[in-house]
Amino acid sequence: MSLIEVVDLSHTYGEREVLKALNLGIGKGEVFALIGPTGAGKTTLLRIMDLLEVPCAGEIYFDGKGIPRSGTQRLEIRRRMSFIHQKPQVFDSSVYDNVACGLRWRGEKGNRIAQKVDHILEMVELAGYKNRNARTLSGGEAQRVALARSLVLEPEVLLLDEPTANLDPVSTQKIERLISYVARQRNTTMIVATHDMSQGQQLADRIGVLLDGKLVQTGDAKDIFRSPQNEEVARFVGMENILEGVVIAGNEGIAMINVGDDVIQAVSSYPVGKEVYACVRPEDITLHIADSCHQTAVRSSARNSFQTKVTGVTTIGPLSQVEMNCGFRLVALVTKISAEELDLQAGREVYATFKATGVHIMERKPHQ
Amino acid sequence: MTEIWDGLTKAVQLLISFDPQLMEIAWRSLGISGTACLLASLICLPLGSLIHFHHFRGKRALINIIQTLFVMPTVLVGLFLLVLLSRAGPLGFFGILFTPTAMVIGQMILITPLLLGLTISALSGVSREIVDTAISLGASSSQTIWLVLKEARYAVLAAVIMGFARAISEVGCALMVGGNIRGATRVITTVISLEAGKGNLELAIALGIILLFLALVINIALNRLQQR
Repeated sequence: MSLIEVVDLSHTYGEREVLKALNLGIGKGEVFALIGPTGAGKTTLLRIMDLLEVPCAGEIYFDGKGIPRSGTQRLEIRRRMSFIHQKPQVFDSSVYDNVACGLRWRGEKGNRIAQKVDHILEMVELAGYKNRNARTLSGGEAQRVALARSLVLEPEVLLLDEPTANLDPVSTQKIERLISYVARQRNTTMIVATHDMSQGQQLADRIGVLLDGKLVQTGDAKDIFRSPQNEEVARFVGMENILEGVVIAGNEGIAMINVGDDVIQAVSSYPVGKEVYACVRPEDITLHIADSCHQTAVRSSARNSFQTKVTGVTTIGPLSQVEMNCGFRLVALVTKISAEELDLQAGREVYATFKATGVHIMERKPHQ
Repeated sequence: MTEIWDGLTKAVQLLISFDPQLMEIAWRSLGISGTACLLASLICLPLGSLIHFHHFRGKRALINIIQTLFVMPTVLVGLFLLVLLSRAGPLGFFGILFTPTAMVIGQMILITPLLLGLTISALSGVSREIVDTAISLGASSSQTIWLVLKEARYAVLAAVIMGFARAISEVGCALMVGGNIRGATRVITTVISLEAGKGNLELAIALGIILLFLALVINIALNRLQQR
């Protein structure tokens, strides 16, 4: 059974519809990543789940029980959760007092508080900062105070809103490590909102894609990244190659898809005449160089091979993104070393190869 | 010119010798205004929080009225109280007209709008995110209000000091409901106003110096607070 169940949740701010009939169930101990671009409604959803806001329509169930729209019961349920906001807000008092406040509000005894706070400050590596005013800390340190302040409460549910959005890589790593540590150690249910897909992939058991107030797709990382449900999700998860096409023939589960002037083969059972998108992840495309001895095609088990010209190469860290034109735009991701060895640069003739199983086919609706 | 010079030297003598009459008046001033400020704070801080944290119809209008009353003329408050507390008035049976109690009440009424308004604006200075953070960490409504008051402590303290400053420096109300009775209701401002009128400059000047000194202390305290 789900620990948190959201049913038909809608919310508007003035005229703007922020969440649209959203349904979601989060299991106990699950780490769920909510990914989506800025303004998709992630923060609003978390705020409603944390009972900071009352939704315009729809219900939330916590541990099987419906949550009233007002009254002290909300406070009791809220005290079983904790929310880390995107911009860490520390109170104008010492680091110790900041971390202790939630326990004090719950009526915990003084010596127990001291024990717990000291332990948690040790864990977030801020033990030496106990008496510093929290307002004098750096962004990363403040976020760790905020994290400690929530973790010390040992919440059943931890809601994190872009926990590393404004932080440097080192601080980000520290925070991510702490989050996964807590998730494992205490079996805390977590909902992490992030626009950083790799973070979502890394931390979460399950991912939900929130686009424009709608939960478009939920599933594990592989589902989302390999088999996006529609073009929007595909674009958001970094599917660089989204080709418009029509199924022109089908044979034993392999569909021939007409893309521009070329035909791609893909594993799909869509009928002939179906308008589809063919998606290929850039890292699934292999590049070969045509040999001088007039070899016209590479013999390989891959069903798709196109002779094409490189139009541009962009190097990002250890990887190179190679753009090609084969009647349609195709982007491949190779290591920088390969790009150098094959001397990939604009104008170079290459063969781009990918497998029929590497193509993900989605239905194309007439006007989305 | 010699009159002023005479007055000044005698005033300094009074100050240096801690003249009992002078000290009595100064202490009474501090006592009355301090009490008024303390009592007004006890009412205005919770009331201001209540207004700030609740949404209701006419909130904006109420705040506008409060702000307008910042500059309420002191003699108007005096007149209002005089009518209420005079023997024939509706509250005359208390028999507190021309007592320090009446003066405390008068100054409380005078500074209540100022304290209330400044408390509300001090609390508005605490961001919505801080409030949300407290709520999501499990603070109840009263715990949230207390936290926000603590977050705004410097601005709130500045409001209290401003209230005290207005109370101790006003003369109209103290004169009308206190009556400037020797040994009972004479305070710094009323003495200055009446003694100076009688040509009795040295006491007036000495008290003036004390009042200026108080103003200086208050100003330094406010500056310190605003720099934090």
